Amino acid sequence: MGAEIDPLDFLEIDRLLTEEEREIRDAVRAFVEGEILPGIEGWFESATFPREVAKGLADLGLLGMHLEGYGCLGANAVSYGLACLELEAGDSGFRSFVSVQGSLCMFPIRRYGSDEQKERWLPAMARGEVIGCFGLTEPDAGSDPASMRTHARRDGSDWVISGTKMWITNGGIADLAVVWAKTDEGVRGFLVPTDSPGFSTHDIHRKLSLRASVTSELVLDEVRLPGDAVLPGVVGMKGPLSCLTEARYGIVWGAMGAARSCFETALNYAKERVQWGRPIAGFQLTQRKLADMAVELNKGMLLALHLGRMKDEGRLKPQQVSMGKLNNVRVALEIAREARAILGANGITLEYPVIRHMNNLESVYTYEGTNEIHTLILGEALTGLRAYDR
Amino acid sequence: MDVVVLVKYVPDPTGTPKLGEDFLVVREGTDGTLDPGDEYAVEAGLRTVEAHGGEVTLVSMGPEVAMSAIRKGLSMGAHRGVLVTDPALRGADALATARVLAAAVSRRPFDVIFTGSESTDGYTGTVPMAVAGLLGIPALTFARKVEVGEGAVRIERQTDLGYDVIEAPIPALVSVTASAAEPRYATLKGIMAAKSKPVEQLSLADLGLDPATVAPTQRVLGITPAPSKGAGEIVQDGDGAVARIVDLLVEAKVI
Repeated sequence: MGAEIDPLDFLEIDRLLTEEEREIRDAVRAFVEGEILPGIEGWFESATFPREVAKGLADLGLLGMHLEGYGCLGANAVSYGLACLELEAGDSGFRSFVSVQGSLCMFPIRRYGSDEQKERWLPAMARGEVIGCFGLTEPDAGSDPASMRTHARRDGSDWVISGTKMWITNGGIADLAVVWAKTDEGVRGFLVPTDSPGFSTHDIHRKLSLRASVTSELVLDEVRLPGDAVLPGVVGMKGPLSCLTEARYGIVWGAMGAARSCFETALNYAKERVQWGRPIAGFQLTQRKLADMAVELNKGMLLALHLGRMKDEGRLKPQQVSMGKLNNVRVALEIAREARAILGANGITLEYPVIRHMNNLESVYTYEGTNEIHTLILGEALTGLRAYDR
Repeated sequence: MDVVVLVKYVPDPTGTPKLGEDFLVVREGTDGTLDPGDEYAVEAGLRTVEAHGGEVTLVSMGPEVAMSAIRKGLSMGAHRGVLVTDPALRGADALATARVLAAAVSRRPFDVIFTGSESTDGYTGTVPMAVAGLLGIPALTFARKVEVGEGAVRIERQTDLGYDVIEAPIPALVSVTASAAEPRYATLKGIMAAKSKPVEQLSLADLGLDPATVAPTQRVLGITPAPSKGAGEIVQDGDGAVARIVDLLVEAKVI
């Protein structure tokens, strides 16, 4: 109602969205409520990524939704962000899936690929018939990806690639790997069908985070590719780094989805949980937690929306995305931990979404650039002095 | 095949609707949506044109915000929308609503009209039959299954004890239950395409209806909160216990 405060939209940020943006947000939320929330506890516990949900995400139009043409939706950046938020309010694993498919795999093909590569891969990836993964990180090359060992050499008109990639979301279920490798000219991107001879994957088990998501090691042992497997449009680290900026933008929003889910759960729980004859929401220490959570949630939403509008204006800089990723994942994790505390013992079970989000956010906190690296990117932007290389 | 689906904009069905001082549901300034019961009708309409060709036209009556219910249906895949909105329709009762919807529907030829069984706010459940009556066409109500064939429509009507199979020539009106057709999700492509689909907004004058003919014929005089649930009945073991339980189950229409 007009005069009342909506605890889940304290600052009426909804009003800053267009009707179409709200409709897209509502459509993704309905899908999450209907298709993800009923199954997520089980998938998380059994460490399963449900392929049928991936198909549903494609049918909904989420894969590559912020790209133009080639079967992609062409939605604006704010709509893409809202979709990431709603997905991650379900589970970070599904937002990760969509980030990898759209921002890390389809984006470089759209931006740096040849017409033939775009025609061949993008429509099938938008339909979810081809699942992508993104191979940049290596066992010994994380925050410093330029130290990668994977290399590609020319052999006649072919390329031959060898190396190992690590912590690769979707790796074990992918049909196409976008692999970044050193060449004589610098780092280049390769489109590697996963059925290529010499290509193999090993899923990483015993994870306590992102359990409803596939994480794998990719091994390339003298994988021979035709000359047209290389992305022609980019040479150097700016290729993979531009992809990461795209995906980080989605994380800025997504983290607020996980945070919202935790906040909503904690608020409802605090109002219902009675101790000493009254709801624990009535105790000052609980109210302080809830108020702090609401403040950070609303600030994070405004930050995400501001970055989204800048992205739609074509003026968003990678350092600005770093500020968003740095802040929003950090506060989301804090909100999740506070929510977990409000829920007491119930906070550690999968009956409530809180500890699942909390554990997922531990991954989100360090992937796509650790908190430390984003801090140093801001430091460099502020001072002109780089503090993160030798 | 020309399919019409009657749809209603209702206050957010997950919340408690607010009533104004005149005891009418407050429809503006609150969150609202396409009546979830109508989504089954939209789905039935979409499946009909997918099987037989043609277009789905959504027809609604309500305040201007009701256009969002039409947009929801368009984003599910319906082709066009008609919203009748007029200050004189505020507080319209079921009969007035049916008159308006019948007038809006009859502007163009149609083969089948789909509706929900009842709205999730008013729950009168009488509008579908009244519309069919005013249009002089058969009403096949409470369909749990719908088959549209050549020149006829056949349904399974849900009853307390099972179902009846009913067939009628078209044009006809079919009201569907939640068992008829699981509604599809609105897709992002559908949402973006909905923007360019034709939508008409009509007044009573556009329909040639005199406000006097659709004036409410009833007025709500008061509202009493539903009594809070009392304690259940505990049937003690002993003579007559089984019979009593059977009676209760029959009363509850479980058996």
